[in-house]
Amino acid sequence: MSTTTDSEDILATAARWAGEGETVAIATVVETWGSSPRPAGSRLAVTESGRIAGSVSGGCIEGAVAEVARQTMASGTPQLLDFGISDERAWEVGLACGGKLKVFVERLG
Amino acid sequence: MKADLLERLMAARAAKTPLALLTRLPDGAQALLPGDDVPAALAAEAEAAIRADAARNVTIGNETWFIAPENPPLRLIIVGAVHIAQALVPMALPLGFAVTVVDPRRAFATGERMGDRVTISSDWPDEAMVALKPDARTAVVTLTHDPKLDDPALEVALRSPAFYVGSLGSRKTHAKRVARLTEAGLSEAEIARIAAPVGLDIGAVTAPEIAVSILAQIVSARRGGPKKRAEA
Repeated sequence: MSTTTDSEDILATAARWAGEGETVAIATVVETWGSSPRPAGSRLAVTESGRIAGSVSGGCIEGAVAEVARQTMASGTPQLLDFGISDERAWEVGLACGGKLKVFVERLG
Repeated sequence: MKADLLERLMAARAAKTPLALLTRLPDGAQALLPGDDVPAALAAEAEAAIRADAARNVTIGNETWFIAPENPPLRLIIVGAVHIAQALVPMALPLGFAVTVVDPRRAFATGERMGDRVTISSDWPDEAMVALKPDARTAVVTLTHDPKLDDPALEVALRSPAFYVGSLGSRKTHAKRVARLTEAGLSEAEIARIAAPVGLDIGAVTAPEIAVSILAQIVSARRGGPKKRAEA
């Protein structure tokens, strides 16, 4: 998307935050099954200082993803996360909608 | 994601070039197309993702790649810098549209009325439309009520690949418009593309309500109409 629109341009936001000296991680929905609220390609950007933009679900797993993002910021190692009804953790973190999704988390820079 | 790759991605976006970001899972190796060298089968999948404007996963050999296409923004061309246009602009931007407002009446087409995040054209609508070249990612809506302004814009829009063409006016106004456009040589099929009366029928009364109904209709046209809930 372009700078002339304010569509959900998470990469632009992430780039801006990085430009301000923040450590940034980007989480991307890479696969979905069932009634996942956000389609593949949806992104969430998180900074070490706690700023968050975008979403990878209807708010159910953002907290858990942000937690993993902090690890990725520290280690630099990307992570591929599975959330779903077959995964007990999904219920713990609140993905009660019955969907399943994979989220890829990477550090920027 | 490496900083230089993000920089290249942002530059391609600024140049309004369609591109695809490829990420190998789970290790996160990345490539940007066009530009980087990748196997032909993967490049073909990336091109298909760009055309479909939808992300996809592909497994080629023993590698899984996530492909995220990045297309230039959708465009909305509004003919008539009228009150409804003032309501449409701030709602269209977060839907991902780059907005152009066309109105040769300079008293209406001002930055003060339309805001600073739109492109304003004071050209005559037919000239403006020819210059803007509506494509398959463009929606056009005419709002002036004035045949001198709406009709020339419609004549160009209806012969373009624009995915949506809407025109404000009552059934009676539209019937007269159909007669004029027929007289002007447009085919029945071309004229039938006009969404009129414009917008989804939600009983809209105020300018912002009419803007909601128009944008709902545009989103529906873009996303392929109502989907059965059972499929979701």
